[in-house]
Amino acid sequence: MIKAILVFNNSAKPRLIKFFEYYPEEIQQQIVRETYHLVSKRDENVCNFLEGGSLIGGNDYRLIYRHYATLYFIFCVDSSESELGILDLIQVFVETLDKCFENVCELDLIFHADKVHYILQELCLGGMVLETSMNEIVARIEEQSKLEKQEAGISAAPAKAMTALKEMNLPQKIKDIKLPDLNLNLRF
Amino acid sequence: MSTTMDQVVKKAKDSFGQMFDKSLHDLVRGIRNHKDDESKYINEAIDEIKQELKQENMAVKANAVNKLTYLQMLGYDISWSAFNIIEVMSSNKFTFKRIGYLAASQCFHEGTDVLMLTTNMIRKDLNSASMYEVGLAMSGLSCFINGDLARDLANDIMRLMTSGKAYVRKRAVLLLYKVFLNNPDALKPAFPRLKEKLEDPDPGVQAAAVNVICELARRNPKNYLALAPIFFRLMTTSTNNWVLIKIIKLFGALTPLEPRLGKKLIEPLTNLIHSTSAMSLLYECINTILAVLVSISSGLPNHNASIQLCVQKLRILIEDSDQNLKYLGLLAMSKILQTHPKSVQAHNDLIMQCLDDKDESIRLRALDLLSGMVSKKTLMDIIRKLMVHMHKAEGSHYRDELLSKIIEVCSQSDYTHIANFEWYISILVELTRLEGTKHGSLISLQLLDVAVRVESIREFACNQMAVLLENSHVFLLGSNSSSVAEVLYAAAWICGEFTSNLKDPQKTLESMLNTKITLFPGHIQSVYYQNILKIITYIITTSDNNDRIAKNLISMSIDKMSLFLSSDDVEAQERASVILNILKVVLKLIEKSEFNFNELNVLFDGILNPVAGKAQRKVVVPNGLDLDAWINDPPSESEDESVPTNQYYENKNTTQNLFSNNDNKEDYYHSSNLSSYPGDGSGYTQSKTYAEPSTEEIEKQRETRKQSEKVNPYYLKGSTQTKLIQKTDASPISSNTNDQSQTKTSTGAFPANLQLSLSDQLYRQSKIDEENRRLKKKSKTDNGSSKKGKKSTKKSDSTTVDEVDEDLYPIIKVTRGGELPEGVTESGNEDNENDEPSGKNKKYDPHQALKNINFDEKPVQIVPPPIVQKPEPVEKLPTTTEKPKKKKKTVGKEEKPSSSSLKVKHKRERSDYKELSSPADIEDKRVASPAPPPPPPAPTTTASPVVPTEEKPKKKKTKEKKSATTDNKTSAPLLLDIMSDDIMSGNSSNEQYNEQNVYKLAAQSDNLVIESSIIPSSSTAQLDVTFLLKNCTSSIIDHIGINVIDSMSSKLLNTTSKNEISFPSISLFPHSQNYIHIYFAITAISFPQKLKTTLTYSIHKPSNENQTETIEFKLDLPCSQFLRKKTLNSDAFADLMGSGTLTSQSHISIPSSSQDFSSIIKTICQSYRLTVVDQINSAASLYSESILGHPVALLFKSSNSQNGISIDGKSSETHFLSNLMEEIKSFLK
Repeated sequence: MIKAILVFNNSAKPRLIKFFEYYPEEIQQQIVRETYHLVSKRDENVCNFLEGGSLIGGNDYRLIYRHYATLYFIFCVDSSESELGILDLIQVFVETLDKCFENVCELDLIFHADKVHYILQELCLGGMVLETSMNEIVARIEEQSKLEKQEAGISAAPAKAMTALKEMNLPQKIKDIKLPDLNLNLRF
Repeated sequence: MSTTMDQVVKKAKDSFGQMFDKSLHDLVRGIRNHKDDESKYINEAIDEIKQELKQENMAVKANAVNKLTYLQMLGYDISWSAFNIIEVMSSNKFTFKRIGYLAASQCFHEGTDVLMLTTNMIRKDLNSASMYEVGLAMSGLSCFINGDLARDLANDIMRLMTSGKAYVRKRAVLLLYKVFLNNPDALKPAFPRLKEKLEDPDPGVQAAAVNVICELARRNPKNYLALAPIFFRLMTTSTNNWVLIKIIKLFGALTPLEPRLGKKLIEPLTNLIHSTSAMSLLYECINTILAVLVSISSGLPNHNASIQLCVQKLRILIEDSDQNLKYLGLLAMSKILQTHPKSVQAHNDLIMQCLDDKDESIRLRALDLLSGMVSKKTLMDIIRKLMVHMHKAEGSHYRDELLSKIIEVCSQSDYTHIANFEWYISILVELTRLEGTKHGSLISLQLLDVAVRVESIREFACNQMAVLLENSHVFLLGSNSSSVAEVLYAAAWICGEFTSNLKDPQKTLESMLNTKITLFPGHIQSVYYQNILKIITYIITTSDNNDRIAKNLISMSIDKMSLFLSSDDVEAQERASVILNILKVVLKLIEKSEFNFNELNVLFDGILNPVAGKAQRKVVVPNGLDLDAWINDPPSESEDESVPTNQYYENKNTTQNLFSNNDNKEDYYHSSNLSSYPGDGSGYTQSKTYAEPSTEEIEKQRETRKQSEKVNPYYLKGSTQTKLIQKTDASPISSNTNDQSQTKTSTGAFPANLQLSLSDQLYRQSKIDEENRRLKKKSKTDNGSSKKGKKSTKKSDSTTVDEVDEDLYPIIKVTRGGELPEGVTESGNEDNENDEPSGKNKKYDPHQALKNINFDEKPVQIVPPPIVQKPEPVEKLPTTTEKPKKKKKTVGKEEKPSSSSLKVKHKRERSDYKELSSPADIEDKRVASPAPPPPPPAPTTTASPVVPTEEKPKKKKTKEKKSATTDNKTSAPLLLDIMSDDIMSGNSSNEQYNEQNVYKLAAQSDNLVIESSIIPSSSTAQLDVTFLLKNCTSSIIDHIGINVIDSMSSKLLNTTSKNEISFPSISLFPHSQNYIHIYFAITAISFPQKLKTTLTYSIHKPSNENQTETIEFKLDLPCSQFLRKKTLNSDAFADLMGSGTLTSQSHISIPSSSQDFSSIIKTICQSYRLTVVDQINSAASLYSESILGHPVALLFKSSNSQNGISIDGKSSETHFLSNLMEEIKSFLK
């Protein structure tokens, strides 16, 4: 079973937190920090397994991680998972991200944290590996995006207009507009 | 006009919609732009979100929730918005639903109280037409499912397992595990369904099922042993590495329970190892092979070959440049080490190389391995390399690790591997040179232990210790955090206790007296003073009553000793003053010439013996002695002065555990003279919690010490400096040359300056000795006069024999074990049981409940249809359930049930199940048939995925095998049984679910009995007809062919020629039975059918002639056989009834029947594949679907006291309905 999946960057800023067991937010952040501490001091060319920290783990749990550019991908798993298998799974996850975001970089994960979650949901469920084929995952994600787009189609017009407006920074202008006639009717 | 500003703003916002809202994108950007006041910005954002959540617009709400999910990741508690999240989850739009479920999966947990509001909403989503919505609901559910949800939604999830979409099926299977965790009761009924999924056509679903069963099996492997054959087949056929890895891991867990399974596994696993290119798979194969080999106690013929193969492959892994493979290779190697140390020892070199690895975790792994690899032969080499490593190792942590490892390796099993104790002592002395180690007391204890246990080493040890004592200033100058000074404790004690071995006691005494002892910790001071007295005693005793020498010695000692009275340690000070006074008395007596030298000697009389750790506990506590009561009042907490002493004793205890091998914990003391051993201060053991003094405290202590030095008028300032120079002159550590010392060693004199390189010399020396002995031995054996007998007589108690080389090494007597009170054995562990920390295991384990489930325990109730009342046939249940339980118990009591007894169990269970099945089943001939009836061939009747027709031949093959085994069942071993009969034991529970799967007599001849059973095939519009053929002859029947003439609405499928299917692979052994399957495509269901069927077969007569026979009969396909089990919840049922699609109606009434209402309903459900939608006392609505998808709804009403029943039927197919009703009517009459 996978107990937790963490993604954070080189300065311990979380980019994705997924716990398959309940921890309060405060502990979650502590776990991220502790894990960061364990992982960040390791050299690039050492093995990718380590004993879990004190907060997450116990004898049976190990941290399996990969480091890509600015991001650490960490899976905390128990002994029923194959270490090398999980390493492959991380690779699948990252490659899927790469495909879905087209050359994924940290910024993609920052601004689309929700989408990353959706991709992860195709990858595993309740701590168990669900799908390991990248193409299958990408196909499912695209279908769901299509679904969303269809739904947006109905109400998309105003939304699209809104984004256009926002780009023009109209909201600010609208905000600036005084509404004198309304004010007249007000009792302060 | 009473509007306020807020309302105006709200109005404006509402009318502008999302216009003013921040999107997630904006929020993230905002946070990034407010690096300095991030939390302020976020708090503002949360306030905004709270406003947004109050709005009606779902888009605004969803956006707000989406932002909250992001903030949750940053560590903000968003549980306050739980209700809003549920609102968003319940939105009709996929986009919003997705956002809602994501938020829920991140912040809900089983304790979230609003979860109880979600049950119906989630059920709706689970039943949604869009598979993505279903997937969403399941992903979410997997994160926050709790006991209530698991109970309420179990059936919905079960149904999803039979969904047409693999996307849904595999999620449902995985989710089921979470359901089991939260609602263990669901496991048993759901298990058969789960097992079917192992053979799902979709590999993803298969993988999911394997995954779940592996997780379950980890908790309670015993229950899943019966699945071994299925997994075995999967393992040999599957190509999905993920599945293979899981299965192989599972086998690793199962083999300890069934060693015979392990034997079967070796071969396929070996094949996999040879064939696979996937490292992950290779690694798991090796792991499981190792597990198998551990569980098989008796050696296999190719046992060693397997080990060799594993070791070889592991070597490849370790040699790989990939650090991960290297790490795992070492990990697996350490497993081999436990059982086959020899195989690993061959790869000594490789593991040594790993010690140089830049990765510390790899180095530590390698280090672990080394400890298991040592033997008499290799110990010195290994330790030597480790010493080299130690000197170049960076980081004190790793160095300390190395140090403790060296000691652990050398001391293991009472120093069995050490052939040369001089060498070991010198290694220990060398270790004291290590800067900043924290294992000083460990080294010290080793020195004491060796000196006490190995009598022959004492002389060497004493002189080495004398050197240490002379150079004690080195330890003073060493870094302050170091605990190396601890070795002086051992040095002083050894020199004092074994003074007779000292070359120059006088000199040692002087060096001890000249040390600034007061600068050491209290316990070291104490041991110094005590042993100074011992040495003095020895010198005086051996000086032949020479008054003059004694007088000089004592007066000199008194001079020096008075300095020690200023010790700041109470214990030390006390001892110093006692000893000083003894000396003064002695001096006085000598002056009066009244002194008898033996009087002093009496103080330290007696021999030292090791005592077993448990010895004390074996001594019976005398009556009236309360060990827990305080003798004196407990000391107050503020007694800081005693802390250093306490420290030591605590320290000693903990360190001792480090290298004592679990059951041999020895403590030493003078058996006859307690006072002479400083370690026996029983008053000092109260403080149980020992904390390492922080550097601060040490600093403070040093400060106070310096203060006291300044104040102390006796303290000679600057003397350390001068002493130092003197000492370095006397012991030129660095300039010492090997040759010089070597010559000195050979003359037997141990010079004071014999230093660091000693162990190296000894190493070389012993290598040379070894070689000499080897040559000698060789020449001896060449002469044919080797005396093997010598070996056995000399080594009385060393148990571990190291190959033939053993007698190459000198035999050194090591006192092992320890003394015990009379009549007590050391192995007695009984009192340990109470000591074990049971509290640790009491920690809540979510899987505990799963562990307690035993599939064999009692018959399962039927899952999907929630039938509450027990109809008549089941009334036997109480009596029948007890039976298997009892059987189980008695079987469980036998330690190793013989295969035959298990056999019996199986049989019994099956016949029990028979009693539970429908009345129609009871009529079944199988009950009467003498042979244990095999299970029905096809999985359950409910829309399960197709048993792919391509698999048919294989299935038949296994069945053939099975029928073969039924014949010689009693002698067949269990495993052969489960291996060949792949559905037997596992399916025994399945049988209950197939009550509808009833075999009815179809035709009969003198030679053959044909029974048939019809179930809807899982693909639509098909029927699966199973014929059970029973051979009544004593000849073999084969060449079976079946011919069915197609009707208007039915067509035989998979024909080999027109209207004909032949089964060339099936043959019936004498008096055995077998199944054949045929499938029909059905195009119309309105009318019952009778199909003309011809079965041809040939009988092999003993007279070697073949006789071909045919049986003609009509295959009945009544309308009820066109029904397929389909469950529907009451809401959907009501919708259906109200929808007006069920146009045709029918009504029958039965004036009276023999059964009561609820048992009728039950029987009907079982016989006609109907499920109960709702049941109230006297009415029940039932539902089913035809294989062509026509819904059928029936309302049963109990009309009067005579068990009369009226039935109203509704369907979209008039003829079908009326025919069905007629059938039911005739059935009930």
